[in-house]
Amino acid sequence: MTMTQSLDYRKETASQTAGPYVHIGLAPGDAGFDIYAHELGHDIAGPNAKGQRIKVTGIVTDGTGAPVKDVLIEIWQANAAGIYPGQGDVEDGFRGWGRVIPDFESGEFTLETIKPGEVVGRDGRKTAPHLNLWLVARGINVGLNTRMYFDDAAAANDKDPVLTLIEQAHRRDTLIAKGDGETYRFDICLQGENETVFLDV
Amino acid sequence: MTSELYQRDREWHPPALAQNYKTSLARSPRNALLSIQGSASELTGPTFGHDEIDAIDNDLLRNYAKTGDPIGERIIVHGRVLDENRRPVPHTLVEIWQANAGGRYRHKKDSYLAAIDPNFGGCGRTLTDENGFYRFRTVKPGAYPWRNWINSWRPAHIHISVFGTAFAQRLITQMYFEGDPLIAKCPIVQTIPDQRAIDQLVAALDLNATIPLDSIAYKFDIILRGSRSTFFENRPEGN
Repeated sequence: MTMTQSLDYRKETASQTAGPYVHIGLAPGDAGFDIYAHELGHDIAGPNAKGQRIKVTGIVTDGTGAPVKDVLIEIWQANAAGIYPGQGDVEDGFRGWGRVIPDFESGEFTLETIKPGEVVGRDGRKTAPHLNLWLVARGINVGLNTRMYFDDAAAANDKDPVLTLIEQAHRRDTLIAKGDGETYRFDICLQGENETVFLDV
Repeated sequence: MTSELYQRDREWHPPALAQNYKTSLARSPRNALLSIQGSASELTGPTFGHDEIDAIDNDLLRNYAKTGDPIGERIIVHGRVLDENRRPVPHTLVEIWQANAGGRYRHKKDSYLAAIDPNFGGCGRTLTDENGFYRFRTVKPGAYPWRNWINSWRPAHIHISVFGTAFAQRLITQMYFEGDPLIAKCPIVQTIPDQRAIDQLVAALDLNATIPLDSIAYKFDIILRGSRSTFFENRPEGN
């Protein structure tokens, strides 16, 4: 066997589940105690964001159909002009990032933000408006990435570089929230029938 | 500034479905992940500032103290956030949470009979400095039992959440302590298939960083996905 120089990379730290008490670290107010003067992740768009104000509700279910009540979801999105914070100018106070957890009893989550614009993709193609979502919970060993698109942007969705990559066309629907322009429903199914498409990013 | 990330090695990370960690059975997708090449959606990410975080937030001995110090082994946990190219990741948010010295979490869902410590909250956060260094002061958490097998106990551990510069670098992991015999017995640790990846989650005792007669120290480096500087096709301004 021929020896070679070492490539000398370090390996990424392996992921572990966030566990059932993730709220203590990332949403302590919801865990039942106040510790930080300023808890992070409560306001995605801020007061000055242009664009349509929207509300998204949904439930995350497991492979048995039961709600995953201890999930934590992070959101990352562009502003109404399709610009991410750090990529260009956005409105003062526009964070583009937020954290939500569901109601401990019902398992339903709610987030409020603005509808993002179309973003320029890697080859110059426009991507349809979408929220990037990252889910962690007890039982999830590596955080799950997915996207939420909008059912009232059908023409853009039909050309979206990620949606069109989904080989089984019927599964594209699992990424499309249904709404009326103001309130959208987006349920996430971790496993089984209607399993949401998850992404290796 | 956006650059592409090295592919995540999903044979190094735990698989979604790990038989012995029971909750993963119903919470793991059965379909393959859809691999997509990174765009601005994945290669940008949120930033945080010192105006949002108090200086005391990384001191768990003080940040929830009501009448005195928490009970337990006083420790310093410190290290660096680096990427796979060994480059420091400066000014990135590191958040931690943990049980108290008896293995009890301050969470309304934790009903373990070990007592709550009135002076210990169990969470902290900080930003890495310009060279990627971070530092916390806390008490060493205790082991605690959990309903997996009839007699399952988690090793002492601290949960760690890190951001990096891209949303696709987002990582949550757990830090364990050198020499803990429970590490080898834990179904959550053992979701990781490669022993070298497990070893990388074990913080080393660091006597050089202890404060004599005050606090013992453990060193724990966190490695995020590396990046290569690559032009977005047709978008040189993205580099």
